[in-house]
Amino acid sequence: MILLEDVSKTYQTGVRAVKDLDLRINDGEFVFVTGKSGSGKSTLFKLLTREITPEEGSIIVNDFDLDSIRRRQIPRFRRSIGVVFQDFRLLNDRNVYENVAFAQRVIGASGYEIRTNVPRMLKLTGLSHKYKNMPYELSGGEQQRVAIARALVNQPRVILADEPTGNLDEANTAEIMKLLEDINQMGTTVVVITHSRAMVETMHKRVITMDKGRIVSDSGALQPRGGSVVLPEDVKSRQKRRIIRRRETL
Amino acid sequence: MRTFLYSLRQGLANLRRNWLFSVASIATVSACIFLFCLFYSIIANVRGIVYTAETTVGITVFFDKDADDVRKAEIRDAIISKGGVKEVVYTSADQAWEEFKTDYLGDDAEELSAAFADDNPLADSDSYEIFLEDIEDQESMASYISGLPGVREVNYANTVVSVLKSLNRVIYILSAVIIGVLVAVSVFLISNTISVAAAFRKRENEIMRLIGATDFMIRAPFVVEGLVIGLVGAIIPLCAVFFIYRRVMDYFMAWLSGFSSDAGLIGLVPLERIFPELCAYGLIFGAGMGFIVSFFTIRKHLKV
Repeated sequence: MILLEDVSKTYQTGVRAVKDLDLRINDGEFVFVTGKSGSGKSTLFKLLTREITPEEGSIIVNDFDLDSIRRRQIPRFRRSIGVVFQDFRLLNDRNVYENVAFAQRVIGASGYEIRTNVPRMLKLTGLSHKYKNMPYELSGGEQQRVAIARALVNQPRVILADEPTGNLDEANTAEIMKLLEDINQMGTTVVVITHSRAMVETMHKRVITMDKGRIVSDSGALQPRGGSVVLPEDVKSRQKRRIIRRRETL
Repeated sequence: MRTFLYSLRQGLANLRRNWLFSVASIATVSACIFLFCLFYSIIANVRGIVYTAETTVGITVFFDKDADDVRKAEIRDAIISKGGVKEVVYTSADQAWEEFKTDYLGDDAEELSAAFADDNPLADSDSYEIFLEDIEDQESMASYISGLPGVREVNYANTVVSVLKSLNRVIYILSAVIIGVLVAVSVFLISNTISVAAAFRKRENEIMRLIGATDFMIRAPFVVEGLVIGLVGAIIPLCAVFFIYRRVMDYFMAWLSGFSSDAGLIGLVPLERIFPELCAYGLIFGAGMGFIVSFFTIRKHLKV
């Protein structure tokens, strides 16, 4: 589950990228976050991956409270999410197999785990026959599928994709979205950040629209798919404290 | 173990990728450790000579003509009670004359000494030879003995001592300055090499960070790189020093054999004794420098 409460982020330049953001994404949801350039989508992505921290508000992802998370717990948190980028971020000196295996190696997975999981992910993403190819020998769509396989191989609970089809043509975009939908069907929460309204409209999923750092519309707010969500105790108590504080202010 | 092997492979890959910087760093570390070994050898040998002097060069005490055996025994007791005395050897006038004949008259000893018959020319030269624990105490001990009643003359090798002492001090300061400069250059170059490696692997490190690699996993390849630079940079000069020292020693001993009377005082510390020390210090110095510099450099470059 992803839960944001009153989250605000202002960069050192003085730009307030996100303002008083409240957002809840339940386990197993497929959500698009859309909006124009500068609407705060990428800041939201960085907040969710804990690349940056907010000045105000709290963020909970997969039961990790990103406010109070200890530095040495951050790697464990990041293993619970998978990230996909517009520019794929593949290692060009390694072939497809090694790019996917890389994600397992850096978390200290055993040789057996790597030999089992990597072929499974390559099969899932339809890249089994290209495992020896280098990234530059693949099309954009194939490169993005490698990136998705790498994001999935550590079995994350959430996939965060920042403009995953930004560099792809229509056919490849459809392929990637189909793949993400299949992954979501298997139970993984998928959050896709995009500025493409056309793609969003064809998918019929929950759409969160942002503008000037705020959520201006949410097609699926308060409609959890997986039933009621049990919040961690510390979140509940923090929510209570916040409500009391607000009452006092009023 | 898996993490260690991964880090080792990646560290070696870093070295291969920035081979030019790696070679420059290894060369500077090598130069630094070579000079360290050179000065260490010189200092160890000077110390060896000082030690030889301490054990072979003593203070010679001659007595007044009217000093009897009781007086001489009192002088001996006074010297021993001052402390720091390793040995006191009494040489009688007859022994002194015999030693003189052996040392200075050579093959003509029989012929020349016959002229003196029973008249010992060193009749008043019976003496104490005093060996101290520390050669640096010679000056103060000599002045103390000069003040004792019944002492006519005190001889000691103050020139040898002061020369050895100042030589050792100069070498020590010189080596500290040169090694200090080289350590600074090595630190700069290793740090630069690691920075370049970090720049090369910027994308990889970003991905690692987002995938959930720990700080240790991200930093380890760079620390391995620094460690390898330090170790290789130490092994090269140690090999060079091994062969150079042996050659110098052979040459020096051959040259010294022409001056047989002084050979006992001036001798080189054997390679078998000095080399294990050089290896230990060189490897610790190289590996330590590589480890510390890379560890702190990468801390600066990677925000995890």
